[in-house]
Amino acid sequence: MLQVSIYRYNPETDNEPYMQDVQVDTGGKDLMVLDVMELIKSTDTTFAYRRSCREGVCGSDGVNMNGVNGLACITPLSETVKGSKLVLRPLPGLPVVRDLVVDMSMFYAQYEKVQPYLQNNTPPPAIERLQSLEEREKLDGLYECILCACCSTACPSFWWNPDRFIGPSGLLQAYRFLADTRDTATEERLARLDDPFSVFRCHGIMNCVNVCPKGLNPTKAIGHIRNMLLSRAT
Amino acid sequence: MVTAVTNLGRSGLYDWLMQRVTAVILLAYFLYVGCVLLGGVDYPAWKELHAQTWMRVFSLLALLSLGAHAWVGLWAIFTDYLTERLMGTTGNVLRLAAQAVCALIMFTYIVWGIQILWGY
Ligand code: SF4
Ligand code: SF4
Ligand code: FES
Repeated sequence: MLQVSIYRYNPETDNEPYMQDVQVDTGGKDLMVLDVMELIKSTDTTFAYRRSCREGVCGSDGVNMNGVNGLACITPLSETVKGSKLVLRPLPGLPVVRDLVVDMSMFYAQYEKVQPYLQNNTPPPAIERLQSLEEREKLDGLYECILCACCSTACPSFWWNPDRFIGPSGLLQAYRFLADTRDTATEERLARLDDPFSVFRCHGIMNCVNVCPKGLNPTKAIGHIRNMLLSRAT
Repeated sequence: MVTAVTNLGRSGLYDWLMQRVTAVILLAYFLYVGCVLLGGVDYPAWKELHAQTWMRVFSLLALLSLGAHAWVGLWAIFTDYLTERLMGTTGNVLRLAAQAVCALIMFTYIVWGIQILWGY
């Protein structure tokens, strides 16, 4: 039997959030955390969370498992449960809509700020804008982000200033377009980042790197942005 | 672009660079003073050292660095924890008060430091 403690909150019926203890029979198997959540939901349909692909691709089921953010669908119990208890909470720092469902508006607003799309106003060539293999390689480790928000909601700087600090996820995407040789808006992009909050609230704590389920490294991307700002200014 | 009127250099990059440069100056200063102290000094030698212009300039540089370093660091801390987001309007009042107190303390230290350095 696995002891599961879940954060429950339904704004329509509860005055405040509470932790609910549930026993789950895992049949001795090393299930994924999402499987455990589905088992609970099969007996209590009021339990709310997001999920879709169940294979680490869509980024819907970012949750806090025993204090660590991650995707429930690709986190086996053996990886997160020490002892026999699993504590499930919503991603920290964002407003809770219900149970494990959080309001991601602030996270998306930061994503929108970095204008995450290719900008190039020169006349397009007949077929497509080409890159060399080396130029393309620079985008590896950047384009794979699935916007699960595990990193930004693990970042203390994002907790305190989610409206002003872009956060690791948004900055990884900012660098994805700064590093793209086909994008010509580099100068405008950098000019928008050179304030005390957008980039420079990162203090290199590396919580983001620790939790990214895709194994990406936002701290490194932030370092590259800082260097670009530095060489632009000197 | 997020603007802030109370940070030191108006730009995040400037503050960041300032924090690094002042840290290096402080490290050099304290290492040097530490070495002198470990080497063993008596009062006349200590007074002699601080009577030299280059040492006074070095000390003043370290003092100014300390002020700038502390301002940038504390500014970041105050804008993390004393904010409208965390405690409503009280946050703004507390933050401005804290910044004013810090500014006053640093200003006092710097003036007092100059007085000590060139006063004896
Ligand atoms: S390295 Fe920067 S972005 Fe990543 S968690 Fe730390 S402060 Fe946040
Ligand atoms: S960088 Fe990683 S943790 Fe952050 S949103 Fe992208 S995939 Fe998720
Ligand atoms: S359900 Fe899609 S990433 Fe987990």
